[in-house]
Amino acid sequence: MIPKMTHRMWNRLGLFFVALVMISPVILFFVWMISLSLKYEIDNGAYPPILIPENIAWSNYAKVFEENNFLLYFWNSILVTGAATILALVIGVPAGYGIARLKAEKAAMVIMIARMTPGLSFLIPLFLLFQWMNLLGTLWPQIIIHLVVTVPIVVWIMIGYFETTPKELEEAASIDGATSWQVFRLVALPIAKPGIVVAFILAVIFSWNNFVFGIVLASRETRTLPVAVYNMLSFEQVSWGPLAAAALIVTLPVLVLTMFAQKQIVAGLTAGAVKGG
Amino acid sequence: MASVTIEPTAARDLAAKGGKPQRLAPNYWPFVVPALVVIGAVIVFPWVFTLWMSVNSWTLGQEQTFAGLDNYIRLAGDMRFWESMWHTLVYTALSVIAPLILGTLAALIFDGEFPLRGFLRGVFVMPMMATPVAIALVWTMMFHPQLGVLNYLLSLVGIGAQEWIYNQSTVIPALVLVETWQWTPLIMLIVLGGLAAVPREPYESAEIDGANAWQKFRYLTLPMIAPFLMIGVIIRSIDAVKSFDIIYAMTQGGPGTASETINIYLYNTAFSYYDIGYGSAMAVVFFFVIIALSFVLMMVRARTNWSDMEER
Repeated sequence: MIPKMTHRMWNRLGLFFVALVMISPVILFFVWMISLSLKYEIDNGAYPPILIPENIAWSNYAKVFEENNFLLYFWNSILVTGAATILALVIGVPAGYGIARLKAEKAAMVIMIARMTPGLSFLIPLFLLFQWMNLLGTLWPQIIIHLVVTVPIVVWIMIGYFETTPKELEEAASIDGATSWQVFRLVALPIAKPGIVVAFILAVIFSWNNFVFGIVLASRETRTLPVAVYNMLSFEQVSWGPLAAAALIVTLPVLVLTMFAQKQIVAGLTAGAVKGG
Repeated sequence: MASVTIEPTAARDLAAKGGKPQRLAPNYWPFVVPALVVIGAVIVFPWVFTLWMSVNSWTLGQEQTFAGLDNYIRLAGDMRFWESMWHTLVYTALSVIAPLILGTLAALIFDGEFPLRGFLRGVFVMPMMATPVAIALVWTMMFHPQLGVLNYLLSLVGIGAQEWIYNQSTVIPALVLVETWQWTPLIMLIVLGGLAAVPREPYESAEIDGANAWQKFRYLTLPMIAPFLMIGVIIRSIDAVKSFDIIYAMTQGGPGTASETINIYLYNTAFSYYDIGYGSAMAVVFFFVIIALSFVLMMVRARTNWSDMEER
């Protein structure tokens, strides 16, 4: 009995180390990212490379905010992602409900094709439209075009979720004389909360990370964070410390969200979520 | 009447007031209409408009003229377009195969039991959700031929310095490395879902028959997770064909045009040269390439499911 127990323990320990090797590229990458962001230029240019410097350059982070208007861009990102996500939920959750109950296969098909289409192909016509409407220079073009990403993903996840929630309660309520809206608002919606959380998280992440819409539609004042960090690369003398610090600032909110909402993200992505956009 | 909470009984009272309780046929269309309007405006309208633009000749700032199929004919003879098609094909094939193999391996590992499993899985999933541009910039620094940490790590194991994204012949594999690093976890998650549904009994009888680990994987696990692998291939192919952020942020299609995929060429045509008509034609072709690709993949998927059913 005892040899068998230790055998199992060794097995588990062995598997642990194999898993550690498997994820080591991820760990090394993020450790190196943090290291780059905390070193002065001298240390970043050193060979062989230095992992932990003697002098830690916290000033890299201060520099990002001082020299690049990053506070404004952070705020822009929050506005664009926030508005595009909230609008998508308001529109998309009822739509997912309706499509699931109607079994509207064609509508579901349009949503799926929309999710497979490259974001760039929406960009040419919408760019011209925004120009014509004189909206360029405001945040509206970006909020509107981010709906291309957020609405399909919310609708898609909600269709899947409402298909699994029981119809019996809804039918009972409607026999009791509740209107369609009351049935949705008071019976279907409360049950669907976990699905809505998944849709919300994925919409936030994909909108926050979006880059292609911003490089075309953003002006100097309306950049979102991914565009801002990219512009640091192209328009300045590249200094690695502040650049890595900026990259970390851009992606940190998403990484924190991933850590805390791992279960929801896994559920959403395995429900067949393509990136979209 | 301020905020009324209607419970089933309350609803019955409401109905009673209005005479005999009658069942309303639920009308679901009002729920869908707002989304239809938005999708019509930001998704369907652009499709139609792009189609219209593609039969016009129009560079921003100049006259717009009807051109019929001229743009498409020009596309057929455009070597740079065919080259970008080829780059897209190579990039996509590698970006599907590498994560598929590594992701399956990772899933087999994470299907086991070991300490800190949930936490390590969480770490592994992080690249997938990280902002691609931010990731790309850090990889660019790591790929630096003189100061990059990757060449240093290679030198530790006795491999000479590489030029990574700075050389025409290694740029696509280097980009695929980043893509693989980012998206292997997705395959792992999908395959893990498949492994969770695999029954135990066949393995027990296989063990009695003296099958080794590879045989068990090849003849038991692989057929059972095949449908999940197919889903992984479909999702990964569509994502890889569309890949833009990583390529644009790291190489902008360079050096030269060595890593210019259709998506990058499309971007350059429309937003660097402002050749709207030609860019639209490219977008239309690209759109149909992706739709065709997903139909082919779905047909293959339907077939694999079918043959699975026959075997059982």
